[in-house]
Amino acid sequence: MSELSQNNKQCCCQSESPNTGFELIADNKQWIDKYISTPIGKIPRIKTVITLSDKIENWKRRWGIGRVTHIIPPGLYAVGAPTDKSPVFVSANYKMSFDCLRSDLDGLDGWILVLDTKGINVWCAAGKGTFGTDELVNRIKVSGLEQVVSHRKLIVPQLGATGVSAFRVKEMSGFRVVYGPVRSADIKRFLENRMRATPEMRRVTFNIGERVVLIPMEFASYLKKLLFVLAIMFILSGLGRDGYSIERLSANGTQNVLLFVTAYLIAVIGVPVFLPLLPGRSFSVKGIWAGLLSIATAGLVFNFYPQLTPGLIASVSWIFIIIAVSSFIGMNFTGASTYTSLSGVLKEMKYAVPCQISIAILGAVLWIVGLFI
Amino acid sequence: MQALKYLPEVVTLELDRSKCEGCQTCVIVCPHAVFGIENKRAVILHRDLCMECGACALNCQSEAISVRSGVGCAAGILNGILRGTESSCECSPDS
Repeated sequence: MSELSQNNKQCCCQSESPNTGFELIADNKQWIDKYISTPIGKIPRIKTVITLSDKIENWKRRWGIGRVTHIIPPGLYAVGAPTDKSPVFVSANYKMSFDCLRSDLDGLDGWILVLDTKGINVWCAAGKGTFGTDELVNRIKVSGLEQVVSHRKLIVPQLGATGVSAFRVKEMSGFRVVYGPVRSADIKRFLENRMRATPEMRRVTFNIGERVVLIPMEFASYLKKLLFVLAIMFILSGLGRDGYSIERLSANGTQNVLLFVTAYLIAVIGVPVFLPLLPGRSFSVKGIWAGLLSIATAGLVFNFYPQLTPGLIASVSWIFIIIAVSSFIGMNFTGASTYTSLSGVLKEMKYAVPCQISIAILGAVLWIVGLFI
Repeated sequence: MQALKYLPEVVTLELDRSKCEGCQTCVIVCPHAVFGIENKRAVILHRDLCMECGACALNCQSEAISVRSGVGCAAGILNGILRGTESSCECSPDS
């Protein structure tokens, strides 16, 4: 979900998480600067500067490249030159969230309590309960935090409130939870403001920048399914009334693949970019508008190259296929958005999914029929 | 900035004002400014902006708030239906 790049300093604790099947391994800890002495022994002090290799790792994560994702070992870390009176920031052990936080803490003195969220960002983990009351209370105990700081106050990212119950943490550990801002970039202003967040710091946004950074992940998330469909479509393209023809395969097959890839790219890029402008509240409806954009694009190309225009049945089949696929991609963007509710998505899916399936089947049947006419 | 609005009249958020003790925690934790304070008690100002994250209910000590919380994620709901389990987001490496 919403997270901006390191460069513009607007990144927040919330971000898209590693996909299924990733292997979690402990990071090589090159972000540890040195060890400082505390009443409970030596504690690693972290660097607040993000290195090139951190950036490369995070960039790969965005594109879903590689099977390995780095996690931060849970526990207590120091930043700057903290004392027993310095603030304690609670974080998830997702590398990208952690990198955001430590770069935004540059120049501050404090402690970071990293929870074990299985390599998942704060908001997602809070929704699952791994960034939650029990883990926080447990981590306070096993980290020895009580002996390191003399106060009893924790700054928890606001989005962690989905999993953390502040009053229960107080009952169970004696620590008072103060909910910090949504974005770690606001932490300094939050502290300067005597730990009070402005209404704007409390609001989750979903602006153009926050949506654009999600495009690589959207693109990568369907890649396997896309290649599967393309392969089948390409192979079938050689079929015709007179049997199988390699010549037809190379001409029609390439054109079909190009059409599908174009529609895919327009949906995967168009939905995030134009989200607020696409008519309709339902994301499946917003997706249809991206599909219409694809159809218009294809129509424009065929207008200039009439010799490439598919037959009538093939053209109609493409309209159905593109609408169904775009609507589905749009609907799935609900998971990446920051404002859709479970009840709303269930309501939307109740009518959207049957429609998408019917239209997709209709399109596929027409497309196959079109091969033989 | 104009807030992005999802489907109207669907959310399950309920507030029992008679139980509210006015601690304002709901106002603090809500990421979409759904709540406000009127006459020292919480009030729902923008119901349709609620995304049912459940932070308010979880942090309401007087149990004045109820909501069926979950993640508004179509892929997660589909996964749940296909596997016959609770809806689960693909973002989990252990799923």
